Amino acid sequence: MTLHSKRKFVNGLALSLAMAAMAFGLFWLLWILVTVFQLGVSGLSLSLFTEMTPPPGATDGGLLNAIVGSLIMVSLATLIGTPVGLLTGIYLAEYGRYNALGNATRFINDLLLSAPSIVIGLFVYAVVVATTGKFSAWSGVIALALIVLPVVVRTTENMLQLIPNTLREAAFALGAPKSVVISKVTLRAARAGVMTGVLLAVARIAGETAPLLFTALSNQFWSLNMNEPMANLPVMIFKFAMSPFSNWQELAWAGVFLITLGVLALNIIARVFLRAEKIN
Amino acid sequence: MVDPNQEPKAGQAFGLHLSTGGGNAAAALSGAAVATIESKTSAVRTFGDRLFAGASSTFAVLTLLLLGGIMVSLTIASWPSIKAFGIGFLFSTDWNPPMEKFGALIPVYGTLVTSAIALLIAVPVSFGIALFLTELSPAWLRRPLGTAIELLAAIPSIVYGMWGLLVFVPIFAEYIQPFLQATLGKVPVIGALFAGPPLGIGLLCAGIILAIMIIPYIASVMRDVFEVTPPMLKESAYGVGCTTWEVMWGVVLPYTKTGVIGGVMLGLGRALGETMAVTFVIGNTNFLNSPSLFDPGNSITSALANEFAEADPGLHTSSLMELGLILFVITMIVLVVSKLLLRQLAKGEGAKS
Amino acid sequence: MEITDAQIEFKDFNFFYGKFHALKNINFKMARHKVTAFIGPSGCGKSTLLRTINRMYDLYPDQRAEGELLFDGRNLLDPKIDVSVLRAKIGMVFQKPTPFPMSIYDNIAFGVKLHERLSTAQLNERVEWALRKAALWEEVKDKLNQSGMSLSGGQQQRLCIARGIAVKPEVILLDEPTSALDPISTSRIEELIDELKKEFTIVIVTHNMQQAARISDYTAYMYLGEMVEFGVTDELFVKPKKKETEDYITGRFG
Repeated sequence: MTLHSKRKFVNGLALSLAMAAMAFGLFWLLWILVTVFQLGVSGLSLSLFTEMTPPPGATDGGLLNAIVGSLIMVSLATLIGTPVGLLTGIYLAEYGRYNALGNATRFINDLLLSAPSIVIGLFVYAVVVATTGKFSAWSGVIALALIVLPVVVRTTENMLQLIPNTLREAAFALGAPKSVVISKVTLRAARAGVMTGVLLAVARIAGETAPLLFTALSNQFWSLNMNEPMANLPVMIFKFAMSPFSNWQELAWAGVFLITLGVLALNIIARVFLRAEKIN
Repeated sequence: MVDPNQEPKAGQAFGLHLSTGGGNAAAALSGAAVATIESKTSAVRTFGDRLFAGASSTFAVLTLLLLGGIMVSLTIASWPSIKAFGIGFLFSTDWNPPMEKFGALIPVYGTLVTSAIALLIAVPVSFGIALFLTELSPAWLRRPLGTAIELLAAIPSIVYGMWGLLVFVPIFAEYIQPFLQATLGKVPVIGALFAGPPLGIGLLCAGIILAIMIIPYIASVMRDVFEVTPPMLKESAYGVGCTTWEVMWGVVLPYTKTGVIGGVMLGLGRALGETMAVTFVIGNTNFLNSPSLFDPGNSITSALANEFAEADPGLHTSSLMELGLILFVITMIVLVVSKLLLRQLAKGEGAKS
Repeated sequence: MEITDAQIEFKDFNFFYGKFHALKNINFKMARHKVTAFIGPSGCGKSTLLRTINRMYDLYPDQRAEGELLFDGRNLLDPKIDVSVLRAKIGMVFQKPTPFPMSIYDNIAFGVKLHERLSTAQLNERVEWALRKAALWEEVKDKLNQSGMSLSGGQQQRLCIARGIAVKPEVILLDEPTSALDPISTSRIEELIDELKKEFTIVIVTHNMQQAARISDYTAYMYLGEMVEFGVTDELFVKPKKKETEDYITGRFG
């Protein structure tokens, strides 16, 4: 083989493998989504949204308590984690870009971001559950908020950093105090990116299971008491999927379908939102 | 990705020292014409500024304290186990709750092996995907395909777990494992990795599912860094007659290695800490009989997920806590090493130019 | 040449970026209601000099100034100076247009609301006044609620000028205001500057010598942080006193 044809051959081979890699990635996505939709849709029924999770041996039942529990915990975690993350991110981008506190916080935030979610669960167990002596919805909320926090910090900081300094200078040049420059100008310019970050963080905790396993635990019954264990979709899916009862497995598939649908919808909304804002 | 090159740039710092505060509510009240540039500091404006600066720095400190809190509380909670087993905890294969004998070797081994398998599969595939998306894909397909790959990362791990156990494992046991045994299993030395009955669940299966889960992380970082490679650089390589592959392998990859390594580390971090997907398919046994990857095993995360809620208070709980601490330390090391590596590479690149 | 009605005066003025001595012993006066231009090769310190006048360097911890910078006789380097009020009196327009992410109307009203309490009618009047002054009113009067970013580059720059004018400053600093614009937008801005100098003192940094010659009354040539020559524009361009200035304006250097 001449050098030239050998090079052409290597090139062709490499590019075909790249195409195969792309197909490989898409193959799994499609396989997973098709299965989830097939098995999930067949498990859908009105009773899913009207009945509680069934005890062992029962043939009926729904997911009402788990759905409501998940909604409550995810909303509260977002409400707690977002403002804290937003302010920390503002600090990092606008006040502590290069000082010691900023650098330390940035590093810690990276660690928090890369910390396995189950470790966050352990931490909350050690600090909240072990000291109060019981599993509770609040401890689950805290664990989820700790997962939202670093994501929001990171996106807020990154998005604010993307704002050109001249925009800040232009606002300062009009005599605006720093708080006004940040709240009215830079944060506003970065809001699409920040909102996207928050939406993606919500999508992430909506499916988180590990940090809830030993905090909020689960609850077979209807409970809105934040000081008691609370039912939630992910832990319910974990329990039911591993069980031998076929109706439990069916409910787990329906739960997986609901979560996947919600998470994908949040992801797509976040992307569309960001793009729409960019065009503006 | 973490920007490792955050070297302070003089003159761009937005420091704390803004003296903009010097308020002008007086001016605001009386109209600009009356205000003098020496007007006394006004309470209202400065208060707003201080409140804002105060609130954001308070929360920065709070975030800072959180990690310290995690480290300290995990260490305290695992103290009984650290005291009872010492450093031997890391090298013992015992895991016997009734006898109160605990060792971390099997879960640590499971975590490291499954993550290694995941990287082995995910890195080349991700490179292929990134290459396809930046160089081969028709422009109109780029965005939808890129989004599709990113959606792989959006699927919750519990979904991977349930799908893995109920859909993938049966197919894996029936077709793929016998195939591997018939081919790679015949090769000397590495054949031992594919020995034993094809159960489906086990280390290899967990590694494969982890690979699928981390492909989107690595691929999207690679795609992003490939995309920002200056077109001039690529064009000069094409200009001397390079093929697409030679441009990617010889020019773009070396140019972007910092980002690529960052992406791989990001994926590794995900793989190490992944819980639910692994718990479903790894088999959850605390025995290690052969080097075979077909064997079921346990990972740190799956041990925690399965046992923690029902563990007896005392040594069992604190041993599990220590496992969590070990996992946290491993992910921390991965992060720190990647940051140091990236800094080193950035310096080297700077020196060359 | 003697400037009798000076609004701004630099006396033994020095400026540092950390340890780097960026401006060395600057001494000169700027006349009220005239256009003063700073020219010189990139990195000579002309933008740095401009940015000291509204104390923009305060934003950065490692930058500091020494000497005296007098504004109507008061030293602006005095720490007691309220930079917020100072910046209301000394407006600034940047190299690239910097519309804020809000409507055209809000862009103009932003600065006004910081410093004055006006009724809606007064505010509307002020916005219209500023936009008319910046020769933009006719183009935007029907779309005041649209985003400032939706305008063309030249319109955006005039929007920024209007935003600066709206707070009724005494001085307007222009930092290469036309370097990112096309020739037609540039000439509109130059006409505007000629109009504005009736009411405002204008200081402009430009890398374009013809522009300095066209629009300024006084020109300062800077090189390596020093003010090589300062004089009446017509004289400086026709008969420079220093050899370095001549080399620069005839294109033998820079």
